[in-house]
Amino acid sequence: MKQSSAAGRLATFRLLAQRFAFLSLIVASVALMLLGKADIVLIEHTRALVADAMAPMLDAMARPAATVAQITDNFHELANIRTENARLREENARLMHWQTVARRLESENSVLHENLNVIPDPDPAFVTARVIGDMGSAFGHSMLLGAGSKDGVRKGQAVLSGEVLIGHIAEVGLRSSRLLLITDINARTPILVESTRTKAILTGDNTARPRLNYVAGSPTIAVGDRVVTSASGGAFPPGIPIGAVSSVSDGIVRVEPFIQRHHLEFVSVVDFGLGGILPFERPPPPERRRRGKDE
Amino acid sequence: MTASIWVKMDTWVRHLIPFGVTLFLLLLTAVPTHLPGFAGIAPMLPLMGVYYWAIYRPDLLPAWLAFVIGLLYDIVGGTPLGVNALVMLLVQGTAAGQRKFFLGKSFAVTWWAFGLLTAGAVGLAWLLVSFLIGRAIEPMPVIFEYLMTLCFFPILTWMLARTQMAFLKDV
Repeated sequence: MKQSSAAGRLATFRLLAQRFAFLSLIVASVALMLLGKADIVLIEHTRALVADAMAPMLDAMARPAATVAQITDNFHELANIRTENARLREENARLMHWQTVARRLESENSVLHENLNVIPDPDPAFVTARVIGDMGSAFGHSMLLGAGSKDGVRKGQAVLSGEVLIGHIAEVGLRSSRLLLITDINARTPILVESTRTKAILTGDNTARPRLNYVAGSPTIAVGDRVVTSASGGAFPPGIPIGAVSSVSDGIVRVEPFIQRHHLEFVSVVDFGLGGILPFERPPPPERRRRGKDE
Repeated sequence: MTASIWVKMDTWVRHLIPFGVTLFLLLLTAVPTHLPGFAGIAPMLPLMGVYYWAIYRPDLLPAWLAFVIGLLYDIVGGTPLGVNALVMLLVQGTAAGQRKFFLGKSFAVTWWAFGLLTAGAVGLAWLLVSFLIGRAIEPMPVIFEYLMTLCFFPILTWMLARTQMAFLKDV
């Protein structure tokens, strides 16, 4: 009799302990959210550290996936080889014409450069990194790259695929980093509509086609207009291609990026020597603290 | 009779399987699939792992391990830290609390309950992320992600059940 009551008490105690543990875990996750919201450096470091620890596993798993994707691509290419060939012939003819134009412009440009004593843009340093993690999620568009601060990657640097801007570095660990795509809800890219030289901000909203906000003036933006980076804010050098306007309706302009995220396997992280986009910087709020000290 | 050290170690390793499998599902979600359009709406595989083990072996994937899985999910996926930790924790708690209801029920019931629970989980995640970012997130990708998760549930449950049968039948 005594034994069973003791066992019963133990069971109650265990249940209470379980409840308490559960509640404290809930409190812990809410606390983490608030800490993350307050932008504590510690949280960022922890994230980077854990991502670093998982990077080798992710890297190992990304490689066979890339191989499979390549094999299926090969099959697709074989199946479409005739139509692809015809298309390429046509494109080649068109590009030959452009090549002549470009050659002429290049020589003209170099003569003008010489006459005007233009200081050339410095050649940017870059790192090529493999995409090791692409957690498909409706809550954010970002990727993990297999290169970090020990490879020279810094927060805010531009990330290109070929010549096209795809995003910037948002978090950096020792051997991994997080690429925030221009389609992410947190991404803001200063841009220029090439044909009209209109400045605007490209705002991601977690869909495949980000929209243009803060369009300067009231220009006529047409579908198909090219969108490139602008030098505003000193984030990126001007003129890096991003995409083309895909729809204009009710004042909402959407841009189709040239590069879709499923094509990305290797990307270049480029150091243009500019400040880059530092999205989470905030001005320090010292006012209140100082007053407290004086009193 | 006390079990020999090898038997103990064997049991110990077998007991790690639910966490290991769920972690593997998490890494699997992060593999770049190179499929057009898939990346924005990939199914939430770790959520299924947490749900399954909460019903069938809650002793081996307790609340705190679900919390850890959620934290790793946040870190790999880039969502604000704590969001998926809370979601996983609540899913584990609810499923484990109602597990008596599921045991012996048909698969359709489990699926239906998973649909309800995931709707709550995805809704909560949507609210939390929108609140933390300060802007409402586009709901369409979230709804597609939810439907995708529902579609993948039968395949994954079958695989998890096979795993349970193979490794955890008697331990």
